[in-house]
Amino acid sequence: MIIDATDRRIINATQGGLPLAPAPYAEVARWLGLTEAEVIDRLDAMQRQGVIRRIALAPNHYALGVTANGMSVWDVADDRAEAQGERVGALNFVSHCYLRPRALPDWPYNLFAMIHGTSRPEVEAKRQEIAALLGPDCRAADILYSTRILKKTGLRLKERN
Amino acid sequence: MRRAALPPDALDATDRAILNALQDGFPLVQHPFAEAARPLGLTEDELIARLRGLREIGAITRFGPFFDAEAMGGAFCLCAMAVPEDRFDAVVTLVNAHAEVAHNYERRHRLNLWFVLATERAEAIETVAQAIEAETGLAVLRFPKLREFFIGFRVQA
Repeated sequence: MIIDATDRRIINATQGGLPLAPAPYAEVARWLGLTEAEVIDRLDAMQRQGVIRRIALAPNHYALGVTANGMSVWDVADDRAEAQGERVGALNFVSHCYLRPRALPDWPYNLFAMIHGTSRPEVEAKRQEIAALLGPDCRAADILYSTRILKKTGLRLKERN
Repeated sequence: MRRAALPPDALDATDRAILNALQDGFPLVQHPFAEAARPLGLTEDELIARLRGLREIGAITRFGPFFDAEAMGGAFCLCAMAVPEDRFDAVVTLVNAHAEVAHNYERRHRLNLWFVLATERAEAIETVAQAIEAETGLAVLRFPKLREFFIGFRVQA
């Protein structure tokens, strides 16, 4: 989908979140000098085309006690990787799930799934659930726990046409 | 962002119902709070007030549209390096100096440095990765995303 300058302004205006006001899309329209219908139509078009994955609330999972996470990695047979990736991504404790190239011989894993839980043992138990789901399609696996955040900057989108 | 768990009594049953329900979606209509409030047995004003409170105590990370960053233009690549322990801090400084490095984590593995490059144009990923290799004398393994799977992640509040 080609997004135009107006879409981009809407994205920039709502990246930080929607206003908590009875008519939030009218409020965004007011900021940008657009009509409410225009904002709703454009958001709807972007949602239908996948530019917007969903409009929703993301709870702070740390605040809710989901403080442990690990990057689980799996070596899944190439002809099974797409189908198995769909199943792993659909699990309610996996927040990211990607197929990536291997870097042989150092790195045999092609399926990456970020697992979240309330404790390290819970993350390990969930990892076993994925192992059971993959069964013989998985030839090797590992999990990498982060020990330090060294940098974290949000996505910054430049204004452009 | 708050990284510690809230005390158990910080949220009541209504707060939890709101956090659970709105994870699945929020209506794209003129009065979305009124529509979202109805199945929760709340009024529009009550829902807005609850959301304000939840935001204030740090129970909400984001509320609004979630954009696919690639669909908006721009490229991303997960990268990893095996950094010798005695050079770790110096290498981190060199890597983080690049504005294109969006996130960088130390992880327990031989590949102990994992970062995401985010650039406006796809070609810039290679340029930055090669610059980091030249500056550090270490290999930068590139793990671009081949396929992203639909995510069913939900937190039970």
